[in-house]
Amino acid sequence: MASNNNSSDRQRIAQQRLSRIAAHLHKHEDGNSGIIAKECKIDATGSTEENKGTVPRKRQEIMKWNGWGYSDSKFLFNKKGQAEFTGKRYRLSGMTLPSLQDWFENTFGASVKHKSPATPVLNASVVPPPRLNEAFVENLKATGIPFSNEAEDRVFRAHGHCLHEIFALREGKKFERVPDMVVWPNCHNDVVKIVELACKHNVCLIPYGGGTSVTSALECPPEETRCIVSLDTSQMNRILWLDENNLVAHVEAGIIGQDLERLLNESGYCTGHEPDSMEFSSLGGWVATRASGMKKNVYGNIEDLVIHIKAVTPRGVIEKSCQGPRTSTGPDIHHFILGSEGTLGVVTEVTMKIRPIPEYQKYGSVVFPKFEAGVACLREVAKQRCAPASIRLMDNKQFHFGHALKPQVSSIFTHFVEGLKKFYITKLKGFDPHQLVVATLLFEGDRERVLQHEKQVYDIAATFGGLAAGEDNGQRGYLLTFVIAYLRDLGMDYCVVAESFETSVPWDRVLDLCQNVKERIIRECKERGVQFQPLTSCRVTQTYDSGACIYFYFAFNYRGLADPVHTYEQVEHAAREEILANGGSLSHHHGVGKLRKEWMKDSISNVGVGMLKSVKEYVDPENIFGNRNLL
Amino acid sequence: MASKTLYSQRDPMLKRDCFEDILEERRNSSDLKYALRCYAPVLYKGVTPCKANMLKNIVLQSDQLHYVINQVSQESGEAPDIIQEEASVILEEMAHRLQISTVRCFAFALSKAFKTLFQHVCVNEEGIQRLQQAIQEHPVVLLPSHRSYMDFLLMSYILYTYDLALPVIAAGMDFMGMKFVGEMLRMSGAFFIRRSFGGDKLYWAVFSEYVKTMLRNGFAPIEFFLEGTRSRTCKSLTPKLGLLNIVIEPFFKGEVFDVNLVPVSISYERILEESLYARELLGVPKPKESTSGLLKARRILSEDYGSIHVYFGQPVSVRSLAQGKVNRSTYNLFPRHIPRKPMEETQSFVNDTAYRIVRLQEDNMVLKPWVLMASLLLQNLEGLELSVLTEQTVWLRGLALSYAAFLDWPDQAPTAKVVSSSLALHRGLACVSGDRVSLVVGEPLGPVTPEEALFNRAVSVLSCASYRNQVLHVFLRPAMLAVAMHTAASSKKSEWPGLYNCFSFLWDMFSNDFILCPGDTVQDFEEACYLLVKTGAVQMPQQDIVMTDIGQPTLSFFNGLLEPFLQGYQVVCRYLCEEASEGLTEKQYIPAVRSFAVKLILAGNLRCYEVLSSDMQKNALAALLRMDAVRKVKVADQVTLIVNKMAVNSIDDILGGKLPTQKALLARL
Repeated sequence: MASNNNSSDRQRIAQQRLSRIAAHLHKHEDGNSGIIAKECKIDATGSTEENKGTVPRKRQEIMKWNGWGYSDSKFLFNKKGQAEFTGKRYRLSGMTLPSLQDWFENTFGASVKHKSPATPVLNASVVPPPRLNEAFVENLKATGIPFSNEAEDRVFRAHGHCLHEIFALREGKKFERVPDMVVWPNCHNDVVKIVELACKHNVCLIPYGGGTSVTSALECPPEETRCIVSLDTSQMNRILWLDENNLVAHVEAGIIGQDLERLLNESGYCTGHEPDSMEFSSLGGWVATRASGMKKNVYGNIEDLVIHIKAVTPRGVIEKSCQGPRTSTGPDIHHFILGSEGTLGVVTEVTMKIRPIPEYQKYGSVVFPKFEAGVACLREVAKQRCAPASIRLMDNKQFHFGHALKPQVSSIFTHFVEGLKKFYITKLKGFDPHQLVVATLLFEGDRERVLQHEKQVYDIAATFGGLAAGEDNGQRGYLLTFVIAYLRDLGMDYCVVAESFETSVPWDRVLDLCQNVKERIIRECKERGVQFQPLTSCRVTQTYDSGACIYFYFAFNYRGLADPVHTYEQVEHAAREEILANGGSLSHHHGVGKLRKEWMKDSISNVGVGMLKSVKEYVDPENIFGNRNLL
Repeated sequence: MASKTLYSQRDPMLKRDCFEDILEERRNSSDLKYALRCYAPVLYKGVTPCKANMLKNIVLQSDQLHYVINQVSQESGEAPDIIQEEASVILEEMAHRLQISTVRCFAFALSKAFKTLFQHVCVNEEGIQRLQQAIQEHPVVLLPSHRSYMDFLLMSYILYTYDLALPVIAAGMDFMGMKFVGEMLRMSGAFFIRRSFGGDKLYWAVFSEYVKTMLRNGFAPIEFFLEGTRSRTCKSLTPKLGLLNIVIEPFFKGEVFDVNLVPVSISYERILEESLYARELLGVPKPKESTSGLLKARRILSEDYGSIHVYFGQPVSVRSLAQGKVNRSTYNLFPRHIPRKPMEETQSFVNDTAYRIVRLQEDNMVLKPWVLMASLLLQNLEGLELSVLTEQTVWLRGLALSYAAFLDWPDQAPTAKVVSSSLALHRGLACVSGDRVSLVVGEPLGPVTPEEALFNRAVSVLSCASYRNQVLHVFLRPAMLAVAMHTAASSKKSEWPGLYNCFSFLWDMFSNDFILCPGDTVQDFEEACYLLVKTGAVQMPQQDIVMTDIGQPTLSFFNGLLEPFLQGYQVVCRYLCEEASEGLTEKQYIPAVRSFAVKLILAGNLRCYEVLSSDMQKNALAALLRMDAVRKVKVADQVTLIVNKMAVNSIDDILGGKLPTQKALLARL
C-alpha cells in the first residue's frame, strides 16, 4: 500500500493522522521537528545540549511534581461548584463539566466543601542528602554526560504513580530513600560508559523512562546503602533510521509514545502501539514491562512489535545479530529483556515494526442491557477473530462515570437529541439505566473495509441484544482513559483515593472474576472501617482468543480513616489475592515491580523463579541494577 | 470471622438466643387466613424467582452436562441425543416443582396437625433474622439435624411463617413411592435423589449440576441432611459428604463469592417415631413408606408430643472457613465444566467442615429434663426411688449446665413438678409404682416366650436410650476421660501420657458412634481435662490426673454412661473371636451378633440390652474395620469378613479394662 503513495499523499495522510491523534489526545500542534538521524555526539561539548523531545531534563518545569501530567492541566471545582479542566492541551481543556460534581458527591459521599489540599512546593528538608560516590562522580564528569543532584530532580525520579507514592508527595512526607543523583545519557554509548563506571565503583543504577510505573518499580530500596543513580533516558529520543522496505524503524529507547507517533506520522507511518500512558511512557519502559497497547488487535502488543533490542548490562551489550522476523535459536533472548523491569540493564535502542497510517478511522459504541450480554458479545467477536483495533466493555458504573464527563452542551438541539437517545434506550428498549453497559469500538483501515467490519461487529452485537449507540459515546470512552489520572488528582483534593489495576483471565471466568473481585473490595472496605461505599468498576479492555484483559478502578472516600493509604493497600492486596484465586494472572501489562513481588513464586513456580534468578546472577552479579523489582 | 464463631461455640459460656412459640399465634388466629396471607420473601441479591421449567432447561443446556453426555455417549456407543433424553428423564424424576399453592395447603394442614400434636413449636427469632440477612447476601445451604420425617415439613413451615424464601430439599427417592404424598412434597420444594448411584456418571452429573445451578443462581436456599438419614438413636450420625461437596464446589471454582452454611438444630421433646425406631434397631425391617402407612399414623394424632425447639445457628461462611486451608488457585488449571474428583486438600476440608457443622447442630439441641432422667434410669434398670431420682436429676442438671448443655428447664416450677410432668409425658416409657420409678416393659399379651419378653424389655431400653443419647455430646469427652481413669486406677497409673493413650484409644474406637472431629483428639482430651477440673471432679497436680473426694459421683456417673457402649463393643469382639465361622458374610453379621447377645442375656451372662441395637453393631464393626482388626473380602457376590482374632482379642481386653500398653498400641498402629 505504501509503495503506491507518492510523498504528497503521505503528507496528507500524515496530516490527517496527526489531527486525529490530537483529537483524542492533544491540542498542541508543534510538530515541526522532523526525523533527524543524527549520530550521538561523543565529544564532551556537544552532549550538554538538550534534544528537542517533549520531555526536558528538568521535567518539573512542565510536569507536576506531585501529581499526574502537565502542570497546566488539571481538574478543579470552580467557585460555582462546577468542575472544569484547565489548560489548552486536551479536548476537554477549558470546558466546564456540569454533571461531574453531582456524580462525584453521590458516588463517594464526598463533598466539595471537604478539601484535602496538597503541599504546594517540595520542602527540601524532607529529602535526605545525597550519598555521592566521589570517584564515580569524578569519572562521570570526565565523560561530559550531564547529571544533577538537586533535590527536585532526585525526588521527581524517586517514584512512579502508585497511590501511596503520590499521596506521600502531596502530604509532604519525609522520604526514606531517593536517588542520590540523576544522569541524562544522550545515546547508547553514553549508557555503556555509565554502566561501566557504575560497575567499577559499585554504584546502584535505576533506569528511569517515562516515570509512569504503577507497581512501585521506581521506588528506591530503602536498604540500599550504595549511591543510587537514576538513569533518565529521556534525552535518548531520536528515531535513528526508518526502513520503508521492511517497515521497521530503529529508535532510541528513551522516546516517549506521543513523540514516537508524531515523528513517525510525519513520514506517514505509525507503530499503532498506544498504551493509555502513551503521552508520557517511553519505548524502553514498554519493553521493560511488556506493555500492551489499546490497538493491539491490529498491531500487536510490544512483544509482537519489537524486531531487535539493544540493551546494556553489567556483562556487556546484549543484542541479536540479525533482524529476521522469526528465529529458532533457542529461547528468545528478547524475552529475558522484555519484562525484566530494569533489573538486568538498560534498553537503549529498539527496532520496531511500523505501519502506514490507516486511511480511515471510526469510533463506535454499542449499548447492552447487561454486563453479561456484553461479555458474551466480546467473547463471540474474539471467537470470530473480527475484533476491531480496539474493543472495550465498560460496566455500568464506568458508563455513568463517562457520562459525568460530558461537557456543557452548547446547543439545545444536541441536548434534545441526547434526551431522545436516552428515551429510546431506556424506555422503548427497556434497558435498565442501572444495568446497561457500553462497549466502545475503534475501527481502522481503508474506508470500505472499516464500514464492512463495522457492520459485522454490530451484527454480532445485535444477536446479544446490543444497540449501536453512536460514535460520540465511543470517543468519550477513550477520552476517559487519558484523563482518568488527572481525575485521581481531583479526587485526592477532596479526600478520595483511587487506583486502577489489571489482570488477564480465561473467557469462562471473566464474569465470576469481575463479580468476586468487586464484592471482595466492598467487603474488605467495610471490614476496615471505610465509612462510605467504595466505587468498584471494571472494564474488559482487551480480547484474546482464549481470554480477556480486565481493568479495575477502585476508589473510596477516606474521611474518618487514620491511615487511608494503608487501608487502601490492604484492600488492593486482598483484591489481588481474589484475582489469583479466580484464575486471573498477576499482571496483564502493569508488571510486577515491588508491589506484586510476593506472588511471583506462586505465579511462575519455584523453578521459574530460579531460572530468572540465575539469569540475574549471570548478567548482574553485583546487583548494579538494584531496583529489586520482580524477584 | 465466621470461623472464629465456629470455634467460640466450644466456649462453655456461649450465649444462645431466646425462643418464640410460633404456635401461639396459630391458636389465636385463623389458619385459613394464615395459609392465604401475602407471601413475598426477600431473595438473594433480588433475583427474580426462576420457574421450575426454566431451571431444568438451564441444567440440560449446561456445559457441565454436555461434557458428561458426550463422554457417556462415547463410552457406551449410544448417540448423544439418546443420552440427552436419558438425562432429561432423570431430571424429570428428580426435579422439584415448588408451587406456592401447595405450600399454602401444607401451611393450613400442618397448622392444624401441629396444634393437636405439640404444645409448642419454638423458634429462635434472632436466628431467623440472621438467616434473612444471609439469604440476601450469599447462597444459603440449610443443614438441619434429622430425627423425624417431620423435619423438612417443619422447616418449610417455619420459613413460610417468617416470610423467608422456601428451600428446595434433597429427599430420598423412597418418598416418591408414596404416590400422592410424593407429588405433594415435590410441589412443596422437595427434589428426589436415588439412595445409591455411585457408578452412574450421568445421574451424578445431572444431580450435581441441578443442585449447583440452584445454588449459583441463588434461586432458593438448598436444604439437605448432613446425616444422610434419620438418626434412629437420637445421636447425631457421622456426616455424609456427597451433597456438601457439591454445594461447596462453586465457591472453590469462583462461581460464587461465598456460600453460607446454616446449621439448624431441631429438638423434639418426644419423637413421633420413638418406638418404631427401637423396633427397627432390633431387626424389624423398616416399613416401606406408603401413603396408607402414613394414614395409619393418624393414631399418633391423639397423643401429646410435648414441644419442638428449632434453633437456627449462626451462618458459617465457607469462604472464612477455607481461608488458609484450601488454595483456590489450584482450580485454575482445569476447565471448570469437566467433573473432577476433589483434591485431597479439599476433601479433608469438606470432611472437617461437615463434622464441625454437625457439632454445631449438637450444641444447639435443646435438652429436656427427661433426657437427664432417662440417663439416670438406664443406669438403674431395676428402678429407683422417686425421691432419689429427683435428687439425682437436680444434681445432674447442675453438672449439665456447667458443661454448657442447652437445657430447657422450666424456670419457676418446683423440681418435683418438673420430674412428675416429665414422667407423665413419657408414661409410655417409665412408670411410677408406689414411690419406685422404673422402665415400662410392654404389657405381655398372653403367654410369652423368654425371647419375646427380652425383646419387649429391649424396646423400652432402646427407646429410653434414645433420650439419654441426646445428652451424650455434652458429657462425651469428660466421660471418655473418666473411663480412661477408671481403667488406669486398676493398674495404678494416673500420669497423663498413659491416660491420654487410653483416651485416644477410646476416641478412635467410638468415632463411628459419636461426632468426633477428625484430628481433634488432643483438643478433645484437653477439653475433657478442663471440664473435669472445672467442676472439681479431678485435680491435675503436675503429671497426674487425680480424682477428688467430691469427684466420685461425677466419675461414676460418666463410667455408667459409657458402660453400655463398652459392653456392647466387647460382645461384638467376643462374638468375632469365639463364635464367628470362617466364611461369615457381611449380611449374616448383624443377625448373628444379635442371636449371640440374646443367648448371653438369657443365660444371665449379660445385662446390656443395647448391644441388640443394629446401630451399635454396625458402628462396632466399622471401628474394627478401621482398626484393621477385621477385613472385608469380596468373594463372588458376597462380602466376607476376615477376622484377625489376635487384634480383636486385644481390643476386647482393652475395652474390658486392661490398660493398653505402649506395645499393644504401637502394634495396632
